[in-house]
Amino acid sequence: MGPSRSVVKAAVTKLPESPPEKNPGVHLYRILRIKCIICALSCWLLNYSYAQDDLLHMLEDSMNAQTKTAYVRGTFKGTHIINLHSVETPARGVLQFMIMHRFGKINDGAYQLFGLDNATMRMGFDYGITDHLTVGTGRSTFEKTYDGYLKARILQQTLSERIPVSVTALVRIAYTSLHYSDKPYMNATYRTNYATQLLIARKIDRNLSLQLSPTWLHYNLVPAIADKNDVFLLGLGGRMKITRRASVNLEYNYLPDDQVRSFRAYHSLSTGFDIETGGHVFQVHVTNSQGMVEPVFLARTRGSWGKGDIYFGFNISRHFNVGKKK
Amino acid sequence: MKHCMTIVFLAMFFTAQGQVYITRTGSVSFFSKTPLEDIKAENNQVYAAVDLSQKTIAFSLLLKSFLFRKALMQEHFNENYVESDKYPRSTFKGTFTGEIVPGKSNTVQIKGVLLLHGIEKNITTTATITLNDGSLTGQSALQLIPEDFNISIPGIVRDKIEKQIAVQISIDCKPAG
Repeated sequence: MGPSRSVVKAAVTKLPESPPEKNPGVHLYRILRIKCIICALSCWLLNYSYAQDDLLHMLEDSMNAQTKTAYVRGTFKGTHIINLHSVETPARGVLQFMIMHRFGKINDGAYQLFGLDNATMRMGFDYGITDHLTVGTGRSTFEKTYDGYLKARILQQTLSERIPVSVTALVRIAYTSLHYSDKPYMNATYRTNYATQLLIARKIDRNLSLQLSPTWLHYNLVPAIADKNDVFLLGLGGRMKITRRASVNLEYNYLPDDQVRSFRAYHSLSTGFDIETGGHVFQVHVTNSQGMVEPVFLARTRGSWGKGDIYFGFNISRHFNVGKKK
Repeated sequence: MKHCMTIVFLAMFFTAQGQVYITRTGSVSFFSKTPLEDIKAENNQVYAAVDLSQKTIAFSLLLKSFLFRKALMQEHFNENYVESDKYPRSTFKGTFTGEIVPGKSNTVQIKGVLLLHGIEKNITTTATITLNDGSLTGQSALQLIPEDFNISIPGIVRDKIEKQIAVQISIDCKPAG
């Protein structure tokens, strides 16, 4: 405050000293000088009143310069869209317990309470070894199938367009342990099937995410010679958030013709809701697939939406933090 | 006259940038304790600046830099509560009153505007500022109500989150420049 006040005083007291008419050069100089002082003073005052903003702007500029690559988060709410895996994986040290449950067919009629009397389910554990690698295992009541999988994030979408999609790879092995009295030749090899998937997803905006999943299935044993042991499919999935905690999901798995010939295999089509409640993700849906692991639901879907072979079901997942986080 | 001008410019220069202390590794943490759930998160990448001559203070942080013990909580915090994709930052700008005597702990009153979730709110609080050979440390605490910032908490988790969230701020700044 001190210096500025003295300057004002000096400017005022010195003004009458040299009359302007004596020397026009001095006059001009003085006007310039006064203008300079006024300018400087107003700058200083402005500077003071905007000081808080300046300080904040300085911080923001510095922050912008330092901000590292930001990844897109929350492409899907859960590790599954419905039956299909999503690109999401549990974080490091998180154990996810997941129950997938499908009731019977809706067209079973009122006697079976539209399928509610019957059920198949898969109980599974998924563990995040790192933020990018998950190991999982599960057991389905459908054909008493055990399964295990590895899921790895390969790419993650960035907020800038540098990486436009997230990519996760999934390899699954499924083992059917159901005893068949009429098939004594069923050994471990025949009972084992494999699925390999590339999950490619993009969060289009904060509400809409889409996923493309090229899939290769390998069956060690197929029902008939005409059936292919290697089956290729394309899975499509998406979710649209309707509130901050709920979304509508849709999933369609396109099975090209001439791969499964001995019976009519339908394309697996499912739709439902995701509802998130604290530590749970609750998914309710309707689907024409009874199985819940890729070799079963992708190319062994016998239910037809047109005929009403629709299974009502849900997935519930619960997260437990078991690993130590720094 | 020339001397006066020089003094003015020098004064401006010094008041504008003479005593600014800055950090990029300030810490802001918050916690909520209920019988059902303890929630704690910490952000150690907080930018803060204190201008001793103008007595102004500023903070800026990225909400996604808050680290929670549970990854899912962190995701929900970002996705459902503070919506960090829409409102990535929280900032504070304000002034303080009270003398800063070097070498001892000074209690000051802070008054300013906190921006969170797109909502600006006037805040007053006290802080302690210590100035010790070339470094400035400061501590403060706040109580914030999520609803004041238009952060709605659904009924199903209402019992798991305290009505008032305790926020702790700690900075250790060095002279700018």
